Amino acid sequence: MCLSVPSQVVALHPEEAAVTVDTLGVRRKVSCHLLADELTIGDYVLIHIGFVMNRIDKEDALKSIEIYKDIVSSMESDENA
Amino acid sequence: MLELKSLYRVFRDPDTMAALAASIAKDAAHLSEPLNIMEVCGGHTHTIMKYGLPGLLPSNIRFIHGPGCPVCIMPKERIDQAAILAAQPGVILLTLGDMMRVPGSHGSLAQQRAKGLDIRALYDPLDALAIARDNPGKTVIYFAIGFETSTPMTAVLLEQAERLGLDNLLFHINHVLVPPAMDAVMAEPATKVNAFIGPAHVSVIAGADIYRPAADKYHTPVVVSGFEPVDLMESILRLVRQKNDGRSEVEIQYSRAVTAEGNRTAQAKVNQVMEVRDEFRWRGLGPIPKSALKLRDEYQHRDAERVYGERLPIVEIDDHKACQCGDILRGLADPTDCRVFGRGCTPQTPLGSCMVSSEGACNAYYRYSGGPNVL
Repeated sequence: MCLSVPSQVVALHPEEAAVTVDTLGVRRKVSCHLLADELTIGDYVLIHIGFVMNRIDKEDALKSIEIYKDIVSSMESDENA
Repeated sequence: MLELKSLYRVFRDPDTMAALAASIAKDAAHLSEPLNIMEVCGGHTHTIMKYGLPGLLPSNIRFIHGPGCPVCIMPKERIDQAAILAAQPGVILLTLGDMMRVPGSHGSLAQQRAKGLDIRALYDPLDALAIARDNPGKTVIYFAIGFETSTPMTAVLLEQAERLGLDNLLFHINHVLVPPAMDAVMAEPATKVNAFIGPAHVSVIAGADIYRPAADKYHTPVVVSGFEPVDLMESILRLVRQKNDGRSEVEIQYSRAVTAEGNRTAQAKVNQVMEVRDEFRWRGLGPIPKSALKLRDEYQHRDAERVYGERLPIVEIDDHKACQCGDILRGLADPTDCRVFGRGCTPQTPLGSCMVSSEGACNAYYRYSGGPNVL
């Protein structure tokens, strides 16, 4: 029920307060009633029971990915030390 | 440049998991007492079991599975009320898919549907609008379930029903709140919980700050974690470090999606139509004060509990005697401690609610720990 998944906005339907999202190849229309500001194509969002809950912060996600790369390389250098 | 697949792949990467496991092992060696982490949310329970996280951790870190599975905590009398509503003349009952298989005292809603009642599972609550519009001679009742995550969607559905003048759409509200359930777990004298993984999507809506009172009151660290295995491993590392530093703070590991204050628009929509109930009885946990919501008086014409009040029994109904869901939801027993686990109680034939949903602790153990062979 709470296993909300990251999706990408691929089309806007402002007249219906909705967007179409792509979730790894599956596309569907979801409601934007819970968002104060407008989405743009390419935004990453979390979907829950047919609604956009929020935007995923791209910069933050990229930062996490960098941190994990560092963790892995520091472990590898520990092993090789 | 961030690609969508990175949001999945990177957060499931085995090398990152191994590196985090090594860091956890190193830091956990300095813990002054075992770390008993309650992951409150059933979504986290599911990830923990699916990816075998307990096997990656040292023996002084264990998980105590919490009550954050909305169908698992639904008491039988509320399911019975749903079945009674569905049996009223001209009623169509709607609910979310997970709710269909939870046993009430006269079977599940799916079994009631098989007997001929008009009960339908939704994946999107807004689909109720078309059902109400297409059935003007019927009363359509939405049996609303879920934690803070799912409550705003019910509020939007009500708002839209008002806007469209769909007077035949009613609500039976069973929305519950996470912080009072954490209090109920900590009030248990036998509880061993000394750290929390905070529900993530609850916090997307309600903000991470809702856990501050618990962190302060019980001196337990709280980390709001994402649902991917790497998210959880990083959150465990943060809990270990907080314990070692003697801190009990609320940290947000899932910062790509969660803020301290949450989604204010969603909160306002909920507050517009709902208010806190004095008390709600949770399956397995018993009555918890101020732990659930109800419709405000100005929407009583849409409140099925009031419209059909005289026909709805409020007698409390306990679970099957052999079922230990109550102790499991309070963190006092593991699923494998229950003598019907994997025998009389399986995902196909659930006796207790923890076996029904993929977020229930028993269901996750059964599916990912070798089913009945785990015994």
